[in-house]
Amino acid sequence: MPAEVKERQYQGKVHQLSRDMMNAWMAQLARANETGEPTGAIMISGNCVELLRAFDIHPIFPEVTALQNAIRHQSLPLILKAEEVGYSSDNCAYVKADMGLFLSGGMGPGTKMPYPTVTLCNYVGCNVYVKWFEHLAAATGSELFMLDVPFLRTSEPTAADVRYVVKQIEELIAVLERISKKKFDIDKLREILAYSARAEEGYARSKDLCKGSPAPFDSFFDAINMMGPINVLRGTREAADFFDEAVKEFEGMVAEGVGPLSEERFRMVVEGPPPYPYYRSFRNLFTKWGAVAVASTYSTVGGIWEWGFRHDPARPLESIAEQMLTENLTNRSIVARYGQIKRYVEEWKADCLVIHSIKSCRLFSAGQGDMREYFTKELGVPTLLVESDLEDPRYYAEAQLRNRIDAFFESLEHKKLVAA
Amino acid sequence: MKVEQTIERCRELIAEPLGAIAERWKESHPGGRAVACFPVWSPAEVIHAGGMLPLGLLGAGATVELTHADSRFQSFVCSIAKSSLELGFQGLLKGVDGLVFSNICDVARNLSSIYKRNFPHFHVDYLHLAQNSTSGGVADYMADELRRLARGFEEAFGVRVTEPSLAKSIELYNAIRARIRGLYAFRIAEPQKLSTVELYQILRAATQAPPEEALSRLDDLAAELPAREGRPKDRIRVVVEGAFCEQPPLGLLEVLEEAGCYIVEDDLFLGWRWFTSDVPADGDPFRALGQSYVDRAVPSCTRHEGREPRAKGLIEKVRRSRADAVIFTPPKFCEPALFDFVPMRQGLEREGIPHLLVEFEEKMWTFERTRNEIETFVESMLFD
Ligand code: SF4
Ligand code: SF4
Repeated sequence: MPAEVKERQYQGKVHQLSRDMMNAWMAQLARANETGEPTGAIMISGNCVELLRAFDIHPIFPEVTALQNAIRHQSLPLILKAEEVGYSSDNCAYVKADMGLFLSGGMGPGTKMPYPTVTLCNYVGCNVYVKWFEHLAAATGSELFMLDVPFLRTSEPTAADVRYVVKQIEELIAVLERISKKKFDIDKLREILAYSARAEEGYARSKDLCKGSPAPFDSFFDAINMMGPINVLRGTREAADFFDEAVKEFEGMVAEGVGPLSEERFRMVVEGPPPYPYYRSFRNLFTKWGAVAVASTYSTVGGIWEWGFRHDPARPLESIAEQMLTENLTNRSIVARYGQIKRYVEEWKADCLVIHSIKSCRLFSAGQGDMREYFTKELGVPTLLVESDLEDPRYYAEAQLRNRIDAFFESLEHKKLVAA
Repeated sequence: MKVEQTIERCRELIAEPLGAIAERWKESHPGGRAVACFPVWSPAEVIHAGGMLPLGLLGAGATVELTHADSRFQSFVCSIAKSSLELGFQGLLKGVDGLVFSNICDVARNLSSIYKRNFPHFHVDYLHLAQNSTSGGVADYMADELRRLARGFEEAFGVRVTEPSLAKSIELYNAIRARIRGLYAFRIAEPQKLSTVELYQILRAATQAPPEEALSRLDDLAAELPAREGRPKDRIRVVVEGAFCEQPPLGLLEVLEEAGCYIVEDDLFLGWRWFTSDVPADGDPFRALGQSYVDRAVPSCTRHEGREPRAKGLIEKVRRSRADAVIFTPPKFCEPALFDFVPMRQGLEREGIPHLLVEFEEKMWTFERTRNEIETFVESMLFD
């Protein structure tokens, strides 16, 4: 085997900046808790955070709380707490970690993470969202708004779909006016959407830079540095500025010809969320092979910006509706996702597809065996399917994963040699 | 026909593969089309209004061995999704032309598009059924969604779904549902005269036959049942909750009854008896049907009900059926059922209603452990 590939400690600016911004957001939430400013719980997928911002309602993202607890190795006790009250080992562990937090008194008045004033379920694809937010609203006694986004089951949303979502957005605006005691100001929303569009442009540009070799960052493992700003902080000037910085940094790296690893040997597309409890260990399993993710589906749960969609300040509500209906991964079918991945493989010139199948998340995973079938048998793309979980550390079997990953890249390497 | 003979006929129908039922119907309806509906609710009326045969796609129980589907769906996915796909791989749906899925859970959603990819000759539609029951836009949306479904059939099969024909089909299905409500009321009143194993077969057969035939069978039963003999036994009365999609094996229902339970309410085949009262037959029938999905719906794990706590509907069911306890029967790996278990259990505990959790899989075939658990539970209640 050739010399071992190492991770370069390049992540300086983007990584640090993202961390600082996310910390500032958490600090804002803590302050809101003390001052009693309104807060709104909302989901990541195809979200409409801009609407909360238009009323100065602080957004809380329970998924982010859950994943942060997992990264800090704090998820298991929370999951167990939830299982004690009857949640099943087969339920999505994001929900369990979040509900476990409530049951442990770790969230709510008097703690750093406030209870939401409004629980806004942006039901974009994932059916677990509906359950999660029903439970969350009951646990916190907060007002629940169910923003029902019809699944993208035809090539384009129907006119009825758009009307239904816009109507609900108008109804939501009335609720937010009442909660925030502020009048809706469409110009303020337009301004917020302009910041969103700028951030989206920067995120898309950053991803586009990964078409070059070496890719300047890992579009799966490093993408989480950008997913905070794009999904949580979208609509702020800070997030828009962040992406300007990120693009500058990545362009510099492209000019220098450097990427996240000392050497880029394999270019992969990664499908599925990461195992947050073992983020670093999982990454290392690929690093040693010089495998870099040049594109990933997970980084598009909040929105698919790389195909050109941007929020449009000139059509504020309609463009929010369009983003929720079509321009995100979760509201599209799994087979539509095959098309997304195929495009990544072709346009980002990947050598292989790695499917990380998540027990918790059936939205992503149910049927990934069929996806593997399609890519290996019909397209001839080398495909690896491995299983663990995004939140529950009990499903991470390192030795088994290592064996499968090593065997896969060994055979890819062999193929490369033969081809050469 | 005597009750026993009718039930025997139902048993035969259930044993037939769905494709065979469709083929047989087509012999007497040349050029006809058959459309199978995955749980929970599908507008069978729209299918029927186009002159097609609506059928229930309810998995394969223990009748097929998974040879293809388990490589497509992982070990942590429910059985009905796998076995329904397997039916396609094994050609057991030959004769069925269309399939309808809806947004009950993430598994059904993915299954829908995977079906379409693997079997392009089926006309597959996926309904997005409204989850916001209070929006001013919901009735229009639902009406449009059902119209879209109808147009899809028209384009794929050259059929016509007109408003008058839909209104007629609604009336027919209203009649079927009224008979089923009657059977449920009868079982609450005299569970010793109609076991749940029997009622289950009657219901399931109604999803595997033309509705006209199902209705006449239900009429026969309504006429014959009251005169049936049956001595009350020393059993507890229970509500079975959780089996609204994947269906429990008959053996499990048998064991529940033999171990000392009268099942007086359940959520089996929930979608085929979705409405608590008749769907109005006047006005725009698409709108009436769509709005009824929201306004006349039975409580279900797969439909969001605004601020109504999940347990409320269940507690009402317990009271209405004068049940002593609830047996939760979520299918293994079924997220909607497993999530709702938590608030439902909490609600029952607040009300002091005993409950037991019995997970199942459609392909399970030994029930001894379950029998012991239920016997212990029943004894603890009878001798309390
Ligand atoms: S099922 Fe998947 S998308 Fe849904 S809440 Fe869980 S992790 Fe998120
Ligand atoms: S059994 Fe549950 S998880 Fe499976 S398809 Fe039905 S509702 Fe979905």
